[in-house]
Amino acid sequence: MATVELHGLMKHYGKDKIPAVKDVSFSVKEGELFGLIGPDGAGKSSIFRMLTTLLLPDGGNATVAGYDIVKDYKAIRNRVGYMPGKFSLYQDLSVEENLNFFATLFNTTIQQNYELIKDIYVQIEPFKNRRAGKLSGGMKQKLALCCALIHKPEVLFLDEPTTGVDAVSRKEFWEMLKRLKQQGITILVSTPYMDEATLCDRIALIQNGEILTVDTPEQIVRNYPFPLYAIRSERITHLLRHLKAYENTRSCFAFGEYLHLTFKQPHEKAVASVTDYLTHEGHTGLECRQINPTVEDCFIQLMKTA
Amino acid sequence: MIPYVIKADKLTKQFGDFVATNQISFEVSKGEIFGFLGANGAGKTTAMRMLCGLLTPTSGAATVAGFDVYKQTEQIKRNIGYMSQKFSLYEDLTVLENIRFYGGIYGLPARELKAESESLLEKLGLQEQSKKLVGSLPLGWKQKLSFSVAILHRPQVVFLDEPTGGVDPVVRRQFWDLIYDAAENGITIFVTTHYMDEAEYCNRVSIMVDGCIEALDTPGGLKTQFKAATMDEVFYQLARGAKRQAD
Repeated sequence: MATVELHGLMKHYGKDKIPAVKDVSFSVKEGELFGLIGPDGAGKSSIFRMLTTLLLPDGGNATVAGYDIVKDYKAIRNRVGYMPGKFSLYQDLSVEENLNFFATLFNTTIQQNYELIKDIYVQIEPFKNRRAGKLSGGMKQKLALCCALIHKPEVLFLDEPTTGVDAVSRKEFWEMLKRLKQQGITILVSTPYMDEATLCDRIALIQNGEILTVDTPEQIVRNYPFPLYAIRSERITHLLRHLKAYENTRSCFAFGEYLHLTFKQPHEKAVASVTDYLTHEGHTGLECRQINPTVEDCFIQLMKTA
Repeated sequence: MIPYVIKADKLTKQFGDFVATNQISFEVSKGEIFGFLGANGAGKTTAMRMLCGLLTPTSGAATVAGFDVYKQTEQIKRNIGYMSQKFSLYEDLTVLENIRFYGGIYGLPARELKAESESLLEKLGLQEQSKKLVGSLPLGWKQKLSFSVAILHRPQVVFLDEPTGGVDPVVRRQFWDLIYDAAENGITIFVTTHYMDEAEYCNRVSIMVDGCIEALDTPGGLKTQFKAATMDEVFYQLARGAKRQAD
């Protein structure tokens, strides 16, 4: 049986006609590292808050560790760890006091589950007497993770743990998640960064409260329906303008130093024709080759068809 | 003489014995898109606050839009635009009210402001939404509107602090279209981001580590210098060595 299961979950806020979460269904297997990936306002936090029993759904149902999120909320609260997007520990308590507090709430001790948090806690232990409010961003994040883990949850919910975090710290955080996964904890993590998708076992892409697709990152990339090309020239801004005006362009988006291009008619001569057109428009240093799509390419494509 | 819109010379800010920004020197030309990168806590925000005239440097020199960051901070504020992901528009004012409010603050004459508002709403396709509260708009719209408002008074330079955080991939790219437009109209862009693909969209990029600028070049130049295939790798090579923790 799946560790987390959602069936047609719905949430409206106030008088809004448009639901924040619309008929969302997916399941997360035991021990899986599952990513909920989408921009701000997609409904990620609402889903997490419903699954952690902090918010009641308006429709549909869901179970976590086999318990119903409405009827069995007390059982769920004992079995999940939740790290909200906003830092929510006690700023005026020290590192150690915060950790002790959360351990006590769950009727356990730091010693009892030390093994689980050891890897992460040793990095902040030198500052255990410092107030949480005085910690750096990276250390706050590590402490919050320790507090979410201290009662040895079966399922861990991490809501945008890497938002606003630099590329190096993000890599380190994902390394920590991989090690936690090896300890058998089921992890649900949300992120607006598409490049983090490939670090998950499976992902759900979400936009405007609706799931676009659920699959492994590899399969999502494989399902991309068109041949995709990376193209560049010495004047990349003009290139984008020219390609958007080109008759055989289906889609064209900037991706770093290249543009990613799909054709309406992806026939054999498509590349030669577009190269001719661009050379005629005065482009030099043209380079065009077929590439494998990234998850971000897939997200954009699915957004457009949705 | 090349007209530099921003010129920093050994610009330094110390808080007690902590050197937040350590002798940074660089120039940004008119109409350039300058990417200002660094890990959390590297000193970017401190540097930006000095350049915006909000914080007095400890030592070194800098001019922004030709004005001195020590003595002419009020002139600087009038000649720059600023936008960040966190602070942008007033959610309880309508789209039009926000435009008028900011235009008014920057001293645009009423007639000009009226014309500017209309052309801005048209450019963003927001005519229908002009009387809606900003709070009810999707994030992507807010960010695009917020940028347009920040350059309404045609500043010489606009500072963008992580302008695209959390927006969807399509809006993120539309946002960069607006940046390119502004740069083509001669507005200098000074931008920070955590998206390394966006570093590629800049004309030049600087990377700060522990208060110092450790690298500064075109994205292509940096990749050659660090023998890296992507800006992500360049950033990782440099920032991995950072001693300092973010705050």
